[in-house]
Amino acid sequence: MAVPIIESPRSGRVAPEYSRTSSSRGNFEMIAWLFMRLSGAILVVLIFVHLWTSMVAGDGINGVDFGFVAGKWASPIWQIWDLTMLWLAMLHGTNGVRVIINDYAEKNSTRMGLKAVLYASTVVIVILGTLVIFTFDPCPVIDGVAHVAEYCPTS
Amino acid sequence: MSKTLVPAGTLYRGREGQWSWVAHRITGVVIFFFLLVHVLDTSLVRVSPEAYDAVIASYKNPIMGLGELGLVAAIVFHAFNGLRVIAVDFWKQGPRYHRQMLWGVVGLWAVTMIAFSIRHLSHVFGG
Ligand code: HEM
Repeated sequence: MAVPIIESPRSGRVAPEYSRTSSSRGNFEMIAWLFMRLSGAILVVLIFVHLWTSMVAGDGINGVDFGFVAGKWASPIWQIWDLTMLWLAMLHGTNGVRVIINDYAEKNSTRMGLKAVLYASTVVIVILGTLVIFTFDPCPVIDGVAHVAEYCPTS
Repeated sequence: MSKTLVPAGTLYRGREGQWSWVAHRITGVVIFFFLLVHVLDTSLVRVSPEAYDAVIASYKNPIMGLGELGLVAAIVFHAFNGLRVIAVDFWKQGPRYHRQMLWGVVGLWAVTMIAFSIRHLSHVFGG
């Protein structure tokens, strides 16, 4: 008698009821998983340089003031740097907290509510941060009074 | 001599893997909430230079200085351990050496934090 052949579990076609990715969700969770790792690797570089320039180099934390920010954002490189860091860190952090909410908030309404607050905060912070980087004015005139600094035009 | 069987737990639960996961999760949430505040206070540069300098000046005291130290400690751990998680997932030998890599993470974290503490605390307490 012929020996029965047992196929390895992953060979051949997967019956629809055993498919791990439902058509409605697509492979969102896999993309999210991959994004956490990709963004994490990039964030190490972005954040460590950010901490170095603001807390270690020069006078360290004592050197941080409006002039320090103005000096940095005078260069488009630092604008792009901070913009990338803002977006990647916010999306990475938001996805991380989304996973944590899914893990602990078992009641449907609680989970939905917490995630609504999370996404709303993310949108507000990302838009606010982006606008601040692009509309920053190193020499603002507020109520007719011009800001005084050595890098600002006098008169 | 009979050998008593003491369940050693699973490979994961209650061991380094689980504790590093707990630490990664807590530091991740802490950094996230800090980031929300950090974007808000930095946004004051768009209100006025005085508003920004006022809030930054309010951070320049020993309590906030120590808070900054704790925050950097959390970020450095999350960053190094995150690289370890990436190595476990993508490097062929990763799962095998995950425990050794965790001690590598803790060691690198300690060295980084000693160096940073000397620099930062001398700014905070040195005036
Ligand atoms: C410095 C570079 C960073 C690296 C290398 C990194 C790496 C990672 C990785 C690989 C994960 C996925 C863990 C998993 O799926 O099990 C993760 C999770 C997470 N990260 Fe990061 N991350 C970094 C920065 C940040 C920042 C800036 C934030 C906050 C804004 C953050 C918040 C989180 C949160 C909340 C989680 C979810 C933790 C969990 O599910 O237990 N991370 N990180």
